[in-house]
Amino acid sequence: MRTDPVVLTVAFGYLALLFVIAAWGDRRAETGRSVIGSPTVYALSIAVYCTAWTFYGSVGRAAESGPSFLLIYLGPTLAMLMAPFMIRKMVRIASTQRITSIADFISARYGKSSSLGALVALIALIGITPYIALQLKAITLSHAVLVNYPQAADFRLADESFWVDKSFWVALVLAVFIILFGTRHLDASERHEGMVAAIAFESLVKLVAFLTIGVFVVFVMFNGPMDLFSQVAESPRLVGALGLDAVPGGATGWVGTLVLAFLAFLTLPRQFQVLVVENVDERHLRRASWLFPLYLVAINLFVIPIAMAGMLLPVGNSDPDSFVLTLPLSAGLEGIPLLVFIGGLSAATGMVIVETIALSTMVSNQLVMPLLLRSKRLQLSSQGELAGWLLGIRRVAIVLILLLGYLYHALIGDSYSLVTIGLVSFAAAAQFAPALLIGMYWRGATRVGASLGLIAGFVIWVYTLLLPGFAQSGWLNPDFLEQGLWGLGWLRPYALFGLEGWDIYSHSLLWSLLANVGILVGVSLFTRQSALEQTQAALFTNAMNPGLQHTSLWRGQTTRGELQTLLSRYLGANATARILADQKSNPNNSDPAPPAMIARAEQALSGALGSASARVLINSVVRGEALDLESILSILDTTSQTLEYNRRLEQKSNELAKIGEELRAANERLRELDRLKDEFVAMVSHELRTPLTSIRAFAEILRDGKDLPEDKRIHFLEVVVLESQRLSRLIEEILDLARLESGRLTLSPQRLDLVTLTRHSVDAVHRLQEDRGVTLQVDIDMDEAPVIGDPDRLEQVIINLLDNAGKFADDDNPQVRLHLARHKEHVRLSVEDNGPGIAAEERERVFEKFHQIKRFSGSAGKARGRPRGSGLGLPISRGIVAHLGGRLWVEDAPQLKGACLVMELPQAPE
Amino acid sequence: MAKVLVVDDEPNIVLSIEFLMQQAGFDVVTAEDGESALERVAETPPDLILLDISLPGISGFDVLEQLRGDPQHARLPIIMLTAHGREVEREKGLALGADDYVTKPFSTQALVEKVKSLLAEDA
Repeated sequence: MRTDPVVLTVAFGYLALLFVIAAWGDRRAETGRSVIGSPTVYALSIAVYCTAWTFYGSVGRAAESGPSFLLIYLGPTLAMLMAPFMIRKMVRIASTQRITSIADFISARYGKSSSLGALVALIALIGITPYIALQLKAITLSHAVLVNYPQAADFRLADESFWVDKSFWVALVLAVFIILFGTRHLDASERHEGMVAAIAFESLVKLVAFLTIGVFVVFVMFNGPMDLFSQVAESPRLVGALGLDAVPGGATGWVGTLVLAFLAFLTLPRQFQVLVVENVDERHLRRASWLFPLYLVAINLFVIPIAMAGMLLPVGNSDPDSFVLTLPLSAGLEGIPLLVFIGGLSAATGMVIVETIALSTMVSNQLVMPLLLRSKRLQLSSQGELAGWLLGIRRVAIVLILLLGYLYHALIGDSYSLVTIGLVSFAAAAQFAPALLIGMYWRGATRVGASLGLIAGFVIWVYTLLLPGFAQSGWLNPDFLEQGLWGLGWLRPYALFGLEGWDIYSHSLLWSLLANVGILVGVSLFTRQSALEQTQAALFTNAMNPGLQHTSLWRGQTTRGELQTLLSRYLGANATARILADQKSNPNNSDPAPPAMIARAEQALSGALGSASARVLINSVVRGEALDLESILSILDTTSQTLEYNRRLEQKSNELAKIGEELRAANERLRELDRLKDEFVAMVSHELRTPLTSIRAFAEILRDGKDLPEDKRIHFLEVVVLESQRLSRLIEEILDLARLESGRLTLSPQRLDLVTLTRHSVDAVHRLQEDRGVTLQVDIDMDEAPVIGDPDRLEQVIINLLDNAGKFADDDNPQVRLHLARHKEHVRLSVEDNGPGIAAEERERVFEKFHQIKRFSGSAGKARGRPRGSGLGLPISRGIVAHLGGRLWVEDAPQLKGACLVMELPQAPE
Repeated sequence: MAKVLVVDDEPNIVLSIEFLMQQAGFDVVTAEDGESALERVAETPPDLILLDISLPGISGFDVLEQLRGDPQHARLPIIMLTAHGREVEREKGLALGADDYVTKPFSTQALVEKVKSLLAEDA
């Protein structure tokens, strides 16, 4: 029963069954009774995560390094627990943006960048091909074990011709299957219902097969788990091998593997395909988030018992990866090993099918289409039907990817264990995580940052995992593993920068993700996003915000006919008719296409070609630009320019108003000055007219009165002389004042003794004061008072002060006191009288020009005979004192209780 | 004999006018400010007043206004004397009821003529 023909018949029969299921699923979908509209089917399809690596490799890994294999399933369990937050957001974004693959997702997030999409596609191709090879290897190996047992399944693929190699034919059959069910429709986001149905079925088959062998081993080959465990407990070698200590890399290995599995579950192209792209209903995530972890528990339940049994029982020196086959074979069974083989086959084919669809979509949409759209040739042949072209490209890609996987398997695969290849691919896929996850939550992540981070992570992955793998297979000189590149110790691929003692995966993951995330974040902080990138970043990060569900609005113009031509070339007539379906009963092809229709067309094209290419195509028919953020910003910019202009105008008018205000104030001040000048002129003229009146009157009296008595004549002549003197004095004062005010007063300052000067001044006025009956008291407290001043001018001031005091002293007993004393660094000369004093509000006004102190009418009579002042003496005195650096002011008389004028001058330096 | 009241705070001006008026044959009474001028008018009503505007205390205008407000003196001839040559003040004085207006420095003959003609009119 284990003969080659039987095994082959069963195997290809199983594949044929898959065809039937897929076809049934597609037919159901076409008749509207979708089989995949169930959360259970969705959860089972996610179980494509469990590949041949799980099916055979878990037991192998458990036998070699204890329960560490569980981490590979703990990671996805953790991810599914976070499904309500993270995966739901991914699904939401993918459905609104019509995302076709992880490459498309990342490209769309970073401004529909075709270069970034191509980069992701390329990395996926390089990183995942070994994984496909792994599945082919598992099929070949399991077939060989099954057929050759009890001989060791020793084979060298390279020694045989490829047409003898079963895995080559398996690959071809799979290619046909994938082409049939994976490329039925062009629109990748229209989902592959038949294929998903087949995958879900395969997940059931592999679970049943694995549980069967598990139950058989534990309950038939042993008497239940207790029996098995007690036998293991007797063997110290086994106890140690299955302990937690056996995990490579210790604690860091645990964490590293957990993180790796967590990230890979989200970023492996096939996982992204089933989890996100093939999701038909966001709500399915709810059941999947517990059903899928449950599936993982079930399929791992018997891994350790089988590994224990394989190590306890004499199944030959067979590879632990094959225990699930060799154990029932050793028990002489025929049927169960065949079921196990089918289980393994289903695990392997399921992975290959989904992975190939995902990769071929990426290759056609992210690598080939952008190039074709750019080439002139395609533009020239653009009259033709392009939908066929696209499907052709995708089909060729499928065949090429499978062939590439086969070649990798045939040439390199021998030297790797199943686990090794799987984890290497995981680590490659994990490089997408930063761009994907950070991009979903951090709006500031830029295209340049994501691209450079991805490249850096990929390069480190190549250097720390891929190249060492090649070296161990003998394809490269393995010396650099031990000595580092160019003999540099810190460049050893397994101990980069001297980090030793880690398992190679955690080590590679740490450095690659560190570089990836670091560069993504670092570069993003210093680069700017294009407008489209900003829009997309906003749409992605705010995906769960229901207000932001549109992709882009088109402002340009096109006709319905043009859109129809474009769409039918890429999507075919039926799909085009559906997309352009209009409320209008009689659509005309020359009607302008409404923006919503253009957006629908872009979405539809995105589903088929990826967002980047779709944008290019829509741009080619729409005249005018997309109303993207850039345009909105520029409109806003214009508005803000207007606002800015208005603001400036307002500012200008405010400035003008202010200047006007200032002008008004200045004008007011000028008017005031003018008024003061007029007043001054009037006062001067008044003051001049007064003595002039007496002079003229007496001169005329003398002229006309020839017979005037002699005494009268002499009296009148004296009046004329006195008034003329007064007039001269007045003119002199006015000129002084004018000089003071214009700053042209010429003083000749010199060092002088104020004591001497004061005595001199007192002598000058003494006789005059005595004539008027004024008692003058002079108190000089200093022997010498050196000051800097003009002696003539200072004498003028002192005489003026004494003169004033004499005028305002008490009429009956006029007293004046002069006091000279030092005050700190100054010399103070004060002159007081015993007159009525000066009211507080008058004290500054006495220094105003022509200010005459008002005399009370009651004392008017007594003032007779006292010479009137011009009202200029004090202003002039104050000006002179100020020029000499001193001050002149009025205060209460300390002794005589009348007015007191104080002059203060700085003491001259020694 | 007509009596002339001379009101001015400048003693020499009062002296010259007093001499001129006595020479012209009038009795002269003097006052050096507004308050005492009103007192003189109350004591011995003059036939004519020569009134300076700028006076200590109440001004010549105030005196004029008060006198014109009193019906007894409503027609008393008053000549304003001023050192201010401004048109505004002249008009103000005339508006308040002054009979004539003389700017300092004045012509002695003209002043005597004005006084004589006003007293003649009055008589």
